[in-house]
Amino acid sequence: MGRRKRAVETAVHGAFLLLGLITVGCVLLITVYLILSGIPAIRQIGLFDFLLGKTWASAAAEPSYGILPFILTSICGTAGAILFGVPVGFLTAVYLAKLAPPKLKIVVEAAVSLLAGIPSVVYGLVGMLVLVPGIRKLFRVPDGASLLASIIVLAIMILPSIIKVSVTALEAVPKEYEDASLALGATPMETYFRVSVPAAKSGIAAAVVLGVGRAIGEAMAVMMVSGNVANMPSLFQSVRFLTTAVTSEMSYSSPGSLQRQALFSIALVLYLFILLINTALNFFLKRDKEG
Amino acid sequence: MKKILTLTMALLLVIMTMTGCSQKNTGTVSTDGSTSMEKVIGALGEAFEEQTNGVTFTYNPTGSGSGIQAVQEGRCDIGLSSRALKDEEASNGLKATILAYDGIAVIVNLENPVTDLSLETIARIYTGEIANWKDAGGNDAEIVRIGREAGSGTRDGFETITGTADACQYRQELTSTGDVITAVSQNPNAIGYASLASVKDSVRTLSVGGVAPSEDTVKDGSYVIQRPFVLVTKDNAPLSDAAQKFFDFATSPDAAALISAAGAVAAN
Repeated sequence: MGRRKRAVETAVHGAFLLLGLITVGCVLLITVYLILSGIPAIRQIGLFDFLLGKTWASAAAEPSYGILPFILTSICGTAGAILFGVPVGFLTAVYLAKLAPPKLKIVVEAAVSLLAGIPSVVYGLVGMLVLVPGIRKLFRVPDGASLLASIIVLAIMILPSIIKVSVTALEAVPKEYEDASLALGATPMETYFRVSVPAAKSGIAAAVVLGVGRAIGEAMAVMMVSGNVANMPSLFQSVRFLTTAVTSEMSYSSPGSLQRQALFSIALVLYLFILLINTALNFFLKRDKEG
Repeated sequence: MKKILTLTMALLLVIMTMTGCSQKNTGTVSTDGSTSMEKVIGALGEAFEEQTNGVTFTYNPTGSGSGIQAVQEGRCDIGLSSRALKDEEASNGLKATILAYDGIAVIVNLENPVTDLSLETIARIYTGEIANWKDAGGNDAEIVRIGREAGSGTRDGFETITGTADACQYRQELTSTGDVITAVSQNPNAIGYASLASVKDSVRTLSVGGVAPSEDTVKDGSYVIQRPFVLVTKDNAPLSDAAQKFFDFATSPDAAALISAAGAVAAN
């Protein structure tokens, strides 16, 4: 009986290990594929010309492949979205986790979940029909499709992940911490911001990472509101992100051409960015825990 | 033992059905050329494959020039070109049959008072030489130029005909005809271009040099922002049975509905 039980255990172990390896395998496969298909164009164009070149004209008679505008746009767009999205999301999370009356909390949480479920093309469409003309009229610029429009759309899109993960983290803070703080005479607000939030710090940081990841990887919605011209980033100018640079030309580039290879190189750069962000945040979280 | 036998039998069965498939195949039609014709050729090829049941249809999007070269060198059955043949190409024993016309409409917002522009003015607007609508007969407002992404057939057609290739100063480069129309309909100072077949009432279609675009004016050539979609074949060498069948199908009136659904004006 005992032996049989152990055999089942081992089998289940093996099955789970296999399932886990599928995920790891996918990541490895994508990494290897991206590196293999991204390197040739970079070698042909030259790393510095590729990363620091200011003109992208892949279909011109004399093509030039410089992706600096895309890199800077992606950085500015994500930073802008974080700048708008994190304070709103974070404060909403504190309110939901600590202050909101239960009935209101249910309604707001349902709304947030719904926001998370809206497909990005719908964000893009609403942005195109409401936000873009709105920016044009409000700021009296010739056209509203701009970096600002993308930042606003991205900020709204990252709200659900920031709110949900932060709420979970805040609710996991042991009640004793708060009780102790209150018993020592701190006001509820002092308690939430000086005790609960620091205790939930790593969870909230994880929420921000998720937000950054979603913002930098979003393509469809920003494609519809950013204007897609390879300009250097400027708030009211038409811009193109790393993601949209890949998607907008992929269907036209012929297989094996330098253009197609350069698109893979852009994807590789984007991938490295996301790796970098994840590693950096892991590093900070670890340091927090140790210190 | 029994298991192995069943397995072998099953395997044999699979192999036999596979050989059955390949025997039914009655030939291939290979086409090569213009990337702008992708939609039209895709629709025709699909319908043709369905009709003939077994003929394989291939399309290699390489560009008009290489398509013409491919048919000349016998690397494909039919070459596809989105421009008329040059004299030296025609004198090399190639025959051009116009399949359809691609009309490109220039569109503005409904609030824009401009109704007509010359081809030259359109070119000057898109290259940035004219930056304000008042220089083109409209209000005092900055012109917002909207176009398609690099590689798009519509963009290629528009820039080739207006002579503005690689020189356009776009404010927005959108990835679909629908997006261009929506963007133009949302901005009173926008100008855009879109395939004639997909233009809607939400925007105004400009006449060019006094000629309004329509199926008739595109066909008779009086509307100038248009180009032919051409099937290129060898003059002296006959087509294979399958290729001839496709050629007849594509140029028959039956194909007209498919062609216009794909956004072009059928020639036949």
